[in-house]
Amino acid sequence: MTRRVAVTGIGAISAFGHTYPDLWDGLAAGRSAIGPLTLIPPGVLRFPNAAEVPDYDPLRHFEEKQAQMLDRFAQFAAVAAREAIKASGIEFSPELGERTAIILGCSGGGKATEDDGFHHLYALKEPRVSPLTIARAMSNAGASRVSFEYGITGPVFTVSTACSSANHSIGQAFRMVRSGEVEVAIAGGSEAPLSTGFLKAWEAMRVVAPDTCRPFSIDRRGLILGEGAAVLILEPVERALARGATIIGEIVGFGMSSDAHHITQPSAVGAARAMRAGLLDAELAPEAIGYVNAHGTGTLANDLTETEAIRNVFGTHAQKLLVSSTKSMHGHALGAAGALEAAATLGALQCGLIPPTANFTAADPACDLDVVPNVPRPAQVEFAISNSFAFGGLNAVVVFRKSV
Amino acid sequence: MSEDLISRVTGVIAKTQKIPPETVTIDKSFEELKIDSLDGINILFALEGEFDVDIPDDAARGIRTVREMVEGIEKLLAAKAQAAESAQ
Repeated sequence: MTRRVAVTGIGAISAFGHTYPDLWDGLAAGRSAIGPLTLIPPGVLRFPNAAEVPDYDPLRHFEEKQAQMLDRFAQFAAVAAREAIKASGIEFSPELGERTAIILGCSGGGKATEDDGFHHLYALKEPRVSPLTIARAMSNAGASRVSFEYGITGPVFTVSTACSSANHSIGQAFRMVRSGEVEVAIAGGSEAPLSTGFLKAWEAMRVVAPDTCRPFSIDRRGLILGEGAAVLILEPVERALARGATIIGEIVGFGMSSDAHHITQPSAVGAARAMRAGLLDAELAPEAIGYVNAHGTGTLANDLTETEAIRNVFGTHAQKLLVSSTKSMHGHALGAAGALEAAATLGALQCGLIPPTANFTAADPACDLDVVPNVPRPAQVEFAISNSFAFGGLNAVVVFRKSV
Repeated sequence: MSEDLISRVTGVIAKTQKIPPETVTIDKSFEELKIDSLDGINILFALEGEFDVDIPDDAARGIRTVREMVEGIEKLLAAKAQAAESAQ
């Protein structure tokens, strides 16, 4: 059985606000939500900026007892899933719950929970850590929370492949719906990496920009970490049409590859193989693609390598492609990155507007694609791909189609 | 560039790379020593600890040889000594 797969709901919580319209409106305006890091006291880190979820109060979304059980990343997952499910209009009966999957990406799990627990242990010399630490910090806590809220009793799991986590999750969910293994899938990713200990580890890697994220610019100085979640509701096109649901867009292909090369250095060969695999899965020629939502972290190495990989896959068509990195606006949300970018890509296809690469200053001759600098670009595009390339050399590319 | 400084820097590189200290000589390039980008930041981290200095990203980025590394540390130590002097 092969079925066409529709996206019928999107939810997002990001540096732009607590909903998908907040995210899309910000991206469509080409506005960067990167700003001063407020979750960490000043002077602790070498970099001052991040893409934080603004005005986040758990009690706006959860009862106090629930909030206590959930790390910020798992709360974000539930907030985004609720919005997506509501938007889809799906009501989960016990029978449908059994035929539904939840696959959510998460790279780090509850880093703030661990950080706080270990601070009490090592710094405050307390002999114990909270018994809630494990349940809060485990990377599947977000997916599990969503399953409780909606009675989802089918396949529920978390994928952790660093910055590719959400794309691997969405791709797997797409294949399960396409094959008929499940009827509905709730897929995406969530991450809340802004805790002191984890950010100190990022600082030591020397890949975080001291100013802002400027993908593909000559003076780019690294990535900007972000947080949030995005969730998509996937179901067969036929099912969506039968129940009169609005189809936001379709997922038509998914490609994966491993560089088998280096734990942190990217490889153009591996990235290109994932894009090709996605196109092959979608049965599309490279010329069919109009927009690439790039991995585009803003590091020297990624943007150079990704440009080379895109040129390799698309040949002369690369000149015509619109390529943008929305990380310049919502930051790099690690295990949520691919999910936020899926939401951005679907918005671009649906609205006929390509979100730009913000904070762009001047072109790097080695990154000579049309990166839609700073200004959103009206463009009717039928097919788009969204790239994620993770540390560890794990690449995942999702292929989207405008709703027809 | 004192012998002591060279010896401390090469010692840190050798220890971090898990290679015999005698293989790390002043004229070697990082490439010759098979130091990749991740090894490089690990060495910077160890050197910051050894010399109690902060090595800024921009200063570190262009370093490709052991000599450049020693010269960089020398500059940072001189700046640190000067700062300590002017604080007195």
